[in-house]
Amino acid sequence: MAQLPPNIYEQQAANRRNTIIVMGVFTLFVGFLGFGVDAFVLGTEIPIATFIALCIGAGTAFWGLNNGAVSVLTSAGARPVPPEDPKYQQLRNVVDEMSIASGLPRPQLFVVPDQDPNAFATGKDPEHACIAVTEGLVERLNREELQAVVAHEMSHVRNYDTRMMTVVAALGGAVMLLSEFGLRATRFGGGRKKDRGGLGPIVLVLWLVAMILAPLITQLLSMAVSRQREYLADASGAELTRNPLALATALGKINAATEPTRSIKKGTAHLCIADPLGRAVNSKEGFVSDLFATHPPIGKRITLLKAMAYQHG
Amino acid sequence: MIAFYGFVILVVLLVAWVIGKYNSLITLRNQVANGWKQIDVQLKRRHDLIPNLVNTVKGYMGFEQETLEKVIKARNAAVSATGVGNIAAKEGELSTALSRLFALAENYPTLKANENVKQLQEELSSTENKISFARQFYNDIATKFNIVQQVFPANFIAQLFGFQAAELFEVKEAAEREVPTVDLSLRK
Repeated sequence: MAQLPPNIYEQQAANRRNTIIVMGVFTLFVGFLGFGVDAFVLGTEIPIATFIALCIGAGTAFWGLNNGAVSVLTSAGARPVPPEDPKYQQLRNVVDEMSIASGLPRPQLFVVPDQDPNAFATGKDPEHACIAVTEGLVERLNREELQAVVAHEMSHVRNYDTRMMTVVAALGGAVMLLSEFGLRATRFGGGRKKDRGGLGPIVLVLWLVAMILAPLITQLLSMAVSRQREYLADASGAELTRNPLALATALGKINAATEPTRSIKKGTAHLCIADPLGRAVNSKEGFVSDLFATHPPIGKRITLLKAMAYQHG
Repeated sequence: MIAFYGFVILVVLLVAWVIGKYNSLITLRNQVANGWKQIDVQLKRRHDLIPNLVNTVKGYMGFEQETLEKVIKARNAAVSATGVGNIAAKEGELSTALSRLFALAENYPTLKANENVKQLQEELSSTENKISFARQFYNDIATKFNIVQQVFPANFIAQLFGFQAAELFEVKEAAEREVPTVDLSLRK
């Protein structure tokens, strides 16, 4: 994990590519589900269910790309920041400042009614970006720290991390539901299946394995994706504010608030600046953490930021 | 015949390359102009906020007349400044005058507690930040523009179409550039 983060352009390209891969794999997965229905339930020669399922899968994937942000925001209970409320004046100002510093359009701003400090960004591209922060974050952080957190989120937007992660968040839930549905369908439909010769059992086993593994693979993918990006977003956020120490103290404060962020569900955890669930696996290093944690250990991130501040003098 | 086709393909490739470079130069030039506009917008916002601030604090800091006048004077000088270098210098002076005013305001607890003043102060410090971030962005994009113009072989195209290097927004005043000296020697 000690390798240098890739540069922004590679990161953007990788994110666009991975988004397409995720959407493609999702479509195939749904198609495979339909294939199962064809093979074991209907037993017809023409793969009607496969075809319908492929269409539905592709439709959902594109829906996820375009509407993922809305569903992520809704599931967190985020509401738009009132434009006149003086309580959020500072937040609005730092967001404006960071949109100037990054040269990106100003994102839409949301607040999550939760006392635990946390923040996330979502949206398919910088033109449709949304940044959400919790009330606890606004209350606990000072101006500079708030600016640092917003800069971190703006970096996710600029690097197209938000596109990738929003699609994963939107489709991940669907994969879990479908996998459940597929496994149940096998149990009920098993008796009616037509005999397909020697190939039948092999296909059935493959199908079962895909159904069981799909949610796990989705989970691993979203975790690996998000962990890598946090370091880069920290670094490029610090480049925007030229103030790495502010992000370090902000992360310290976020970490010190031990309560989990209740408004943020498991499916969207990987979008946040710090793990909202306060899972122990995220504060450790090593193979298991590398595989299952959604976020790099905060201590390590703080150390890196402090080193950056030292270099800047 | 093959030689002829080879020649045609070469010419087409060359023309395509020239068009591509020219277009990217045009894009960058517009981005630089836009970056400069962004600084302008923020500077104007600061100019608009200052009379407001001075009027609000006047009642509390009546006897700091001199400081207030200096701020107004620096503001008016900045409004009428033209040219990148001159604007940078005048805005720098305005920043210095403003920070002196804010430092003095610390001595007036009733002033600091005033909700109106607090909001104005937040607006002004945000505008200060926006100015420096807009400068940072302008300098980054202008540097990119200049590099594209100057590297070989694109420099021929830049010269052919008369592209000019963009001026960077620098802090001209010696006082602003100077690093404060810290004396850590132990005195007995």
